[in-house]
Amino acid sequence: MTARHAMLAILLAALATLPQVVAPYFMHLLIQILLWGFVYTSWSIMGRFGFVSLGHGAFMGVGAYVPALLWNYFGVTPWIGIPLGISLAVVLALVIGYPCFRLKVVGHYFALVTLALGQVVMLSIVAARDVTGGSLGFTPKAVGYSWFALQFPQKVYFYVIALALWFGGLAVWYWVDRGIGREALDAISEDEEAAATIGINVIREKLRVTVISAALTALGGAIYGQYMMYLNPETVSGIAVSLQIVFAAIVGGTYTALGPTVGALLTISLNEGLRVAFGTNFIGAANTIYGVLLVLFIIFMPRGIVGMIEDATKRGWRIKPL
Amino acid sequence: MLSLAGISAGYGSFQVLFDVSLEVPRGEAVGVIGPNGAGKTTLMRVISGLVQLQTGGISLEGRRIERLPPHRIVEQGIAHVPENRRLFSRLSVEDNLRIGAYMPRARQDCAKQLERVYDLFSRLKDRRQQLAGTLSGGEQQMCAIGRALMSNPKLLLMDEPSAGLAPLVVAQVFDLVHRIRSDGLTVLIVEQNVQQVLDVVDRAYLLEVGKIKLAGTSAELKGNDFIRKSYMGL
Amino acid sequence: MDIYLLEAILNGILLGGVLALLALGLNLIFGVIDVVWIAYADLVMCGMYLIYYLYAEFNWPFLLACVAAIAFVGVLGILVHVMIIAPILGTAPINQLLATGGLLFFLQSFATLLFGTDFRNIGVRLPIIRFDSIYISSARLLAFTVAVAGAVALYFFLKRTFVGTAIRAIAQDRDIVGLMGVDQRHIYLVTSAIGGALAGLAACLLILQYDVHPFIGNTFGPLIFMICVLGGLGDMIGGFVAAFLMSQIIAIGGYYFSTELSYVFAFTFFIVLMFLRPHGVLSR
Repeated sequence: MTARHAMLAILLAALATLPQVVAPYFMHLLIQILLWGFVYTSWSIMGRFGFVSLGHGAFMGVGAYVPALLWNYFGVTPWIGIPLGISLAVVLALVIGYPCFRLKVVGHYFALVTLALGQVVMLSIVAARDVTGGSLGFTPKAVGYSWFALQFPQKVYFYVIALALWFGGLAVWYWVDRGIGREALDAISEDEEAAATIGINVIREKLRVTVISAALTALGGAIYGQYMMYLNPETVSGIAVSLQIVFAAIVGGTYTALGPTVGALLTISLNEGLRVAFGTNFIGAANTIYGVLLVLFIIFMPRGIVGMIEDATKRGWRIKPL
Repeated sequence: MLSLAGISAGYGSFQVLFDVSLEVPRGEAVGVIGPNGAGKTTLMRVISGLVQLQTGGISLEGRRIERLPPHRIVEQGIAHVPENRRLFSRLSVEDNLRIGAYMPRARQDCAKQLERVYDLFSRLKDRRQQLAGTLSGGEQQMCAIGRALMSNPKLLLMDEPSAGLAPLVVAQVFDLVHRIRSDGLTVLIVEQNVQQVLDVVDRAYLLEVGKIKLAGTSAELKGNDFIRKSYMGL
Repeated sequence: MDIYLLEAILNGILLGGVLALLALGLNLIFGVIDVVWIAYADLVMCGMYLIYYLYAEFNWPFLLACVAAIAFVGVLGILVHVMIIAPILGTAPINQLLATGGLLFFLQSFATLLFGTDFRNIGVRLPIIRFDSIYISSARLLAFTVAVAGAVALYFFLKRTFVGTAIRAIAQDRDIVGLMGVDQRHIYLVTSAIGGALAGLAACLLILQYDVHPFIGNTFGPLIFMICVLGGLGDMIGGFVAAFLMSQIIAIGGYYFSTELSYVFAFTFFIVLMFLRPHGVLSR
């Protein structure tokens, strides 16, 4: 155990000193990886049990827009705005989740309903263009360095916030993983009816994990908005974001804690790499590659990269001693 | 006409049949009897191609057919009436019958075969537009048999035709088998109802726990002490 | 009744035609193969782009371009099945959703790469017909008529032909159709081709009314899914009815509010109906 603790300590120390040594550009990338990693992990908290949502963009969008709108129009501090955004996302999750779970809307049906939800949220944001700026996007009022407004020009602050969020996300993941609900959820994803007959409150368990996932995603959206200081319905809600979340989580590996983060690493690096290589010449190149990769991964590596490594080590791929 | 040699088959690592061999001479009716779980249905499914065998060979009129997919086996002239009928319950009786003639070779004769089947089963003709799921058990069995006959097969496989049917209806079904036989059709029947099936077949095999335990003419088996005690309650 | 409301209702019925056609295609594929092509609306987009280029850029006659599109998307349907669905048929159902989701990603982005994000219009202006003070676009009327004709043709195909009957049979009991001489794989391919062809036909009808751009699938895709779930996934008649129901909600909602908000209404209606009738509007 001490070896593990030592490794952890070194890792923490490294993470702490990073801001001093790393250029702002890489800081920016790192924050993105941490934030998106957090969002992808939040998705996988329910995705890993087979409750595949294709509409998490809805929660992210709500979480991002609510505090920003409240700040610009009413001067409400994000410290209040963000919890309100999260609450709205939770309400959405309940409103969709309850009828679905109560009426055994699962699998295909559930995925399609969430897909529709994601679109509807995006369409609503666009429709309310007088308030939200529609497809042109929305810019929160900048006030420089302010704890009240949760705005910090220096990236370090967001780095720490993103780091905390990322750790928090992993902590929740482990909490769900090790908690007493975990076996219930496994049972539910295996055979819902059988689970119900042995007394598992299927609806409550599913709602619980959906709400957690939605709330965390909304939080991620909120912080993302605060960091980027610009919101666009396409980037924080809608089908593209929802699928991007699913893609990254699947490719990284939904069944492990770090899988989604690996997915974030992959998607962000790919995005940056393409941007650097092609500039704005090939808009859509990144997503085209995502699409192809997602299909290939589903066919050949449904458990994702981390999952595949896990399987390999379980089966004992050891380097033979000479 | 049909011969099975050394068939071993199962589902994954779960083996059901162990080195089964049997012969079905042309024009005869052969029965396979045995208790639940003996592997009778698996045997049928291996012949019709629904289940892949592990070892052994199946020949129809000298041609090896064990590696063919189900729809090819139908083309070879074998029709399988599945266990539990397996009708398409939301299709009409007539549609169920017509789909039996799906095979290209059978399509041209569809109308003719349909008339033949309706002659055999007048009750089906009365109910031709009714949804198959609304028929009684006996009518469903007739429909399933009729469906199999639509492809004008040389060999008819019947999997437990009496299952779930009232005794009076069972008698009717076996009566039917008799009539089909006299048209010259070769039949292989798998059955739990030993008394009835031995009255209608020429020879039979006893299958227990995946192995052939006894074989002989129906008269021989009817007189066999073991069979009389274990399967006929005498 | 307010004459403009009547106009909206009529437009709603006409809009329902193409939606119903797409719902039929999606339900057909789901009923037979048990998969939902998340990227179905994007196949329509591909068809629309083909017609645009053939007609507006290469000056093909419009009808010929349409025929080409129907064939093209039919082939796309086969490719989707062979390359994406068939390899993962035995695995968890969610995989097929994710795989076709990846296809959606791919199609939309690839189209962006090839054609850019501009809206393109084929420049065909069909006349507006006037009934009293109601104005109906003849393009929409034509689309409705053709769509319904297509649906009827599909109905007769399924009812009267051997292949059609086999398709109906396989949707009920996949495992034993082989015993009737039906090649399961062959039926899957035929179904995929028909599903694609229906999408191609829808493309012909939509290009007459709307501009094409890479993300046009997002405007009606989720709507089609809602319609199919509302009508009961795999239930062709239910989907047909639900399409007209939904299109009415959108037309009337759009009349009183804005188009985007009408979608919100449609979705709310959908959620409410799920509370009331979880297995589809026509649950038996």
